[in-house]
Amino acid sequence: MELFTNQVLAGIATGAIYACMALAVVMIYQAIDHLNFAQGEMAMFSTFISWQLMQWGIPYWGAFVITLVFSFIGGIAIERILFKPLAKAPVLTNVAGFIALFAIINSSAGLIWDFTIKQYPTPFGSAPFLGSQLISTHQAGMIGVTVLLLLGLYFFFQYTRIGLAMRAAASVPESARLVGINTSWMIALGWGMASAIGSIAGMLIAPVVFLEPNMMGGVLIYGFAAAVLGGLTSPFGGVVGGFLVGIFENLAGTYIPGVGNELKLPIALALIISVLVVKPAGLFGRHIVKRV
Amino acid sequence: MIAKTLRPALLAVAITVFASGAALAQKKYDAGATDTEIRIGNTSPYSGPASSYGVIGRTEEAFFKMINDKGGINGRKIKFISYDDGYSPPKTVEQVRKLVESDEVLLVFSSIGTPTNSAIQKYLNSKKVPQLFVASGAKKWDDPNNFPWTMGFLLDFQTEAQIYAKWLMKEKPDAKIGILYQNDDFGKEYLRGVKDGLGAKASSMIMMEESYEVSEPSIDSHIIKLKAANPDVLMIFATIKSGAQAIKRTAELGWKPLQIINNGASFVSSVMKPAGFENAQGVLSAAYAKDGADPQWNDDPGMKRVYEFLDKYMPGADKTDGGIIHGYGVSQTLVKVLEMCGDDLTRANVMKQAASLRDYAPDTLLPGVKINTSSTSYAPITQLRMQRFKGEKWELFGGLLSRDAQRE
Repeated sequence: MELFTNQVLAGIATGAIYACMALAVVMIYQAIDHLNFAQGEMAMFSTFISWQLMQWGIPYWGAFVITLVFSFIGGIAIERILFKPLAKAPVLTNVAGFIALFAIINSSAGLIWDFTIKQYPTPFGSAPFLGSQLISTHQAGMIGVTVLLLLGLYFFFQYTRIGLAMRAAASVPESARLVGINTSWMIALGWGMASAIGSIAGMLIAPVVFLEPNMMGGVLIYGFAAAVLGGLTSPFGGVVGGFLVGIFENLAGTYIPGVGNELKLPIALALIISVLVVKPAGLFGRHIVKRV
Repeated sequence: MIAKTLRPALLAVAITVFASGAALAQKKYDAGATDTEIRIGNTSPYSGPASSYGVIGRTEEAFFKMINDKGGINGRKIKFISYDDGYSPPKTVEQVRKLVESDEVLLVFSSIGTPTNSAIQKYLNSKKVPQLFVASGAKKWDDPNNFPWTMGFLLDFQTEAQIYAKWLMKEKPDAKIGILYQNDDFGKEYLRGVKDGLGAKASSMIMMEESYEVSEPSIDSHIIKLKAANPDVLMIFATIKSGAQAIKRTAELGWKPLQIINNGASFVSSVMKPAGFENAQGVLSAAYAKDGADPQWNDDPGMKRVYEFLDKYMPGADKTDGGIIHGYGVSQTLVKVLEMCGDDLTRANVMKQAASLRDYAPDTLLPGVKINTSSTSYAPITQLRMQRFKGEKWELFGGLLSRDAQRE
């Protein structure tokens, strides 16, 4: 029983990582209707920026804010320069673009900061949280930030004009254009926000997995799984999906014989496929009906 | 026109005069060697997922530049031709073919990676081109009967694991062992080594074998599982990132088993420091090379030469990077072999000399560790010393542990 509770708690802690990433994945999906394979690398690059700023003596929260702004502008810049020209291109062209971006960012980060792993500070400390050694104060802080982020996004999309405009631009671009919404810039804004959320995810994840150019490789796959499970159209679903994937993965690894040692990663992939087959919209996603 | 036809003739005369006048040993060359040049080929992952090992290739290039600046090897300059293979075996094959058939190198030296070298081993052996000092810790490179043109360099993982197992049997015979290993050939070779080393006692001493995937972002769940089995020795066979996580998480969980971590994940700067020095106290490992981050070598004559080289030829390089130390040591050993070749720079003689190293100690190896090869042993490094992490560095303890002693 103790093993069970421990694995669930550890699953929640790891799930917080996936939830953060899933939030960024959902965000970009909302804006452009595609999964951005370079999302993790963008987050990694932002995290390196913040690390560099701290190396130059800027305090944590200063570096945090500067990185957020940098990532927001960077996200918009990437959309304007790289993906706006591809807006009308087929999906595969976009996918190729994402993968190219992935390789470019990964290699540049390696070139600038090299590939050795680096320690990354946490603002929350790493003492045991509420007496439990399984969840540290950092992981509790991470869960807190994820929830705050989620609430912020909810209010942004539900109660602000620009949030409404973004939703309109993503779901019915043509009607949105007809009522005077600049859909092209809404997409750019979506990129900026996804990039900024990704940078927060990166800065929260780095103390756990250590900072290095390949830190996001595995995280992104689980982030995708979480987003698909919760529903690609629902930020709330993405976060819940993250925690579920974290817990499910640990329990399956511990209690299903054979799986534990050999098939832990395929669990995430099996999850993606089964959700897509059984409930394509995910647990909390909006059901999309297309008129033919 | 006249000059052109005359030149070979003059050269022939000169050579005859030389050969008859002085009793010089006859010069013998294969492709890739001349009176003025020795061409050496290499593939390294300068891009792609394993690009952190690219530093080895860059160090080798810088090292040969230093040798050339000092006059080369027996008057010949080294031309080091290194191509990027992105750690992708098909690309390695393509690049190595180019090295052999178009660049006409004398030998392929220190190509990086296990899968990549596996892909070119048959080709190089059928072409009778030396595949020298492979940068991989797999055991398969020491197989002179089947692959007489291939030679490894590093102590292989399996032997390293056997040495830990033997050490445990002697020092802690009633140990209850938990093993965390990476789920691939690398991790499994360690696991096999431990079981071999423990022999009949393996089943009673090993309480749990737990593997993780290299792509898993966090290995918490595995540590918790291991802890639940409550072993008093935790053996960690991991790459740097997961190794650091394992040490950190074990400490955070308040669990204090005796920890043994593999040599490849024992770097001070990239494992112990990120894991937190306070968490790494008392961890055991074994080593054969000096750690560039370790202040105890600051006055060591060998390491002083390494640091001088780095200052001049690789300014700004991270001297704590294990890849640099490896690149330096392996290049120095190649230079030694080529010096031993003298004027007989044929591929056969290169292999013969590489298999005749006696008690050779490059600047980067620990005191007492020496390179020995023979026509039946193609494993240059076979010795290790145990070390314990204390403060911010490794402290060596005990004498040399060697593979050969294992066999007795």
